[in-house]
Amino acid sequence: MKKAGVLMMLGSLLLLGLYSFPLWNIMLGAPQYPEPLGMNIHITGIQGVSEFDIQNIDGLNHYIGMKTIPKPEEMWEFQTFPKVIGGMVALGFIIGFLGFIGRISYKWFLFWFIFMSVLGLLGMYDFNEWLLDYGSNLDPHAIIKVTNPDGTPMSYKPPLIGFKKLLNFDVTSLPHTGGYMMFVGMSMTIIAFFVGKKEWKAIH
Amino acid sequence: MKKLSYSIIALLGFAMVLTSCNPKGDNSANGALSSSAAEKVYVAPGEHDSHYAFISGGYSGNLTVYGLPSGRMFKEIPVFSQFPTNGYGYSEETKPMLETSYGFIPWDDSHHPDISQTKGELDGRWIFINGNNTPRIARVSLTTFETEEIIEVPNSAGNHSSSFITENTEYVVAGTRFSVPIPQKDMSIKDYKGNFKGALSFISVDPEHGHMDIKFQVLMPGFNYDLSHPGRGKSHGWFFFTTYNTEEANSLLEVNASQNDKDFIAAINWKKIEEYVNNGGGTMMPADYAHNVYDEGTHTATSTMKKEVRVVNPSEVPGAVYLLPTPKSPHGCDVDPSGEYIVGNGKLSANLTVHSFTKMIDAIENKKFDGDAYGIPILNFEDVLAGSVEQPGLGPLHTEFDGKGNAYTTFFISSEVVKWKLGTWEVIDRKPTYYSVGHLTIPGGNSAKPFGKYMFAMNKITKDRYLPTGPEMEHSAQLYDISGDKMELLLDFPTHGEPHYAAAIPAEIIKKNSKKIYKLAENEHPKKALSDADTKVVRDGKNVHIYMSMIRSHFSPDNIEGVKVGDKVFFHITNLEQDFDVPHGFAMIGANNAELLITPGQTRTLTWEPKKVGVWPFYCTDFCSALHQEMQGYIRVSPASSNLELSWSLGE
Ligand SMILES: [Cu+2]
Repeated sequence: MKKAGVLMMLGSLLLLGLYSFPLWNIMLGAPQYPEPLGMNIHITGIQGVSEFDIQNIDGLNHYIGMKTIPKPEEMWEFQTFPKVIGGMVALGFIIGFLGFIGRISYKWFLFWFIFMSVLGLLGMYDFNEWLLDYGSNLDPHAIIKVTNPDGTPMSYKPPLIGFKKLLNFDVTSLPHTGGYMMFVGMSMTIIAFFVGKKEWKAIH
Repeated sequence: MKKLSYSIIALLGFAMVLTSCNPKGDNSANGALSSSAAEKVYVAPGEHDSHYAFISGGYSGNLTVYGLPSGRMFKEIPVFSQFPTNGYGYSEETKPMLETSYGFIPWDDSHHPDISQTKGELDGRWIFINGNNTPRIARVSLTTFETEEIIEVPNSAGNHSSSFITENTEYVVAGTRFSVPIPQKDMSIKDYKGNFKGALSFISVDPEHGHMDIKFQVLMPGFNYDLSHPGRGKSHGWFFFTTYNTEEANSLLEVNASQNDKDFIAAINWKKIEEYVNNGGGTMMPADYAHNVYDEGTHTATSTMKKEVRVVNPSEVPGAVYLLPTPKSPHGCDVDPSGEYIVGNGKLSANLTVHSFTKMIDAIENKKFDGDAYGIPILNFEDVLAGSVEQPGLGPLHTEFDGKGNAYTTFFISSEVVKWKLGTWEVIDRKPTYYSVGHLTIPGGNSAKPFGKYMFAMNKITKDRYLPTGPEMEHSAQLYDISGDKMELLLDFPTHGEPHYAAAIPAEIIKKNSKKIYKLAENEHPKKALSDADTKVVRDGKNVHIYMSMIRSHFSPDNIEGVKVGDKVFFHITNLEQDFDVPHGFAMIGANNAELLITPGQTRTLTWEPKKVGVWPFYCTDFCSALHQEMQGYIRVSPASSNLELSWSLGE
């Protein structure tokens, strides 16, 4: 299972990109912001695309009563995610190596993929929960209160993925480099599973 | 009666003939041509102009920033004049910029901007401009577009042949228009001749920070030094000044200074004098002059009074100064991009005189002199003459170059720009200006590398070019396309104050460097308030210092009590925004100065001396957010005898 093992090892190593590159990105453009404000969501915290974007987003959001964007120490996720990703990279690499030297079955590759997918989905769920809270848990004393036609307060939750218009802002939310590296890496591990299956059958 | 009406008809007929013959050239405002001109100057909404133009404000004392080809004005940069629009010259931080040896001077007459150069090409780091009336040179940053430094020029009066820079910005040069007693003394004006002197100042520019220092002044004979330009390329190391009143008249100059058939262009070998000075040459003489420097870190200017200046008498440095006879009170003194040709725009001459640098050097080496003036050798006119443009127009003033071998000269009296060829001296084209053109500018026109696409003429008379605005109106500039053989008039645009010269530059050289905000983290103002914790009110005798911050959309603190009549209140206000284009203003009722306009990250101080008991409001003057009208506060002013302690709050 040489090929499959290599694919598995490389695929899991690609997740290391998450330590350097953002997982996700949210951009906010408006008539007053021809150069949009933006936040890059890293597994270790949220950073502005430009130096003062976070401060400026917070400054604007205080009008509608949104909380400030959390600092890394204000969310457990930013401590936990790096550890989880580190663990998964190590596990994937070991599985890949053991597969490479033929000590374990290709099925372990699928096991890793499924495990990683479950964790990923949980992460997405958690992220979406935060967005929901961030966009709708508003200060009752907000300066500007906008309500939906039915009288309920408007939510400023950014989209999990895709585009949404929020008042004067055009909000675009998409995976970023780290995220794409993770998707490619995970795809490689599932390919490793199929290649491994072929190689395994050829041997046994 | 019948006779009268006949003559009226005759007159009318004559007038019609005149109008139909009026040579409007091919710049008629109708037809296909004008629509193509419209396309050439049209910059669509949201698009940027291709060039910046920095146009002097003349008697406004300031510098205006325009875009080409649209002719739109973007900014007025206060330089030598107080500017209530943003508090320049009123705030405690900027007041020192206008200090001089005569005390605080709130105004000047700004003339000739020039952009810094490296290797003879525009580098777009700074722009320099002269204050004509109380002699000063200013340096304006082209990253912040703010005045960073002003140095006063002693021994000078009417700082007109300024501020032109050498090809690596080694020096910014400032020549005196009026000759005066040096040092100044009480003497009869009639004793002018032989006793007055003209100081030509070479101000060194620090290559890193741009800081200016007067390296030396050459004390020349008592002529009037009108304009100047640096040598470049082969003539780098020389500087050329036009003179008039070589008669040394002290009264009725319009007659008495127009007697000599020829005046001079003074050629100064500054490299030679620099070397002399570096070896300890020259004399330090007592002088009073202010040197004002603005620090971007502290957002504050400081003024230092200097006490001496180094002067050099030309006779001390043989071979450093020569005089080139030039017909009839030359005004502009312009050097072509190669450095070979020196154009003397003899404003009362029928021809345009061009000297050759090579011939000048040759004449000097062969000692072909025609006498001297106060020991300065005079060269023969014929020996240095490269050629003349014959009868090009009336009243030549200034010449610029397109880098393609052509020169463009303005003619004040015949109100036109004439294009002619260097070397053959033939006239290629002429176009009218509306009206009475002074200077003209081609981007990079005073450099080794002009960008010969546009030229604009700055006219002295506006008359009927725009909707009338009473007896006083803005001047008018005219933009021409000079990319073809013939010049094409594209656009009229009004200018502010009285533009003398302008400097223009392709936008891409500087626009990327333009600063958006000042970083709070780099704010070193001693009275800044970076958070609510820093805000406070402190009494120091009768002075009350309010450390205040501003952010959309409130002041902190916004309720202040304990101020008394007779106090002097200092509002030290920091704009906490770090977002582009979110300045806040500050205005205090009854303040005897101006408002403050404070850009993000900046700290500014306004003083206020409350005169009346009561509760007095202040507010933000710059519409900063949907809640701008809420950006306000109150100060309670108690009687001088009150014992009320200072207190301050926000949101209580
Ligand atoms: Cu404001």
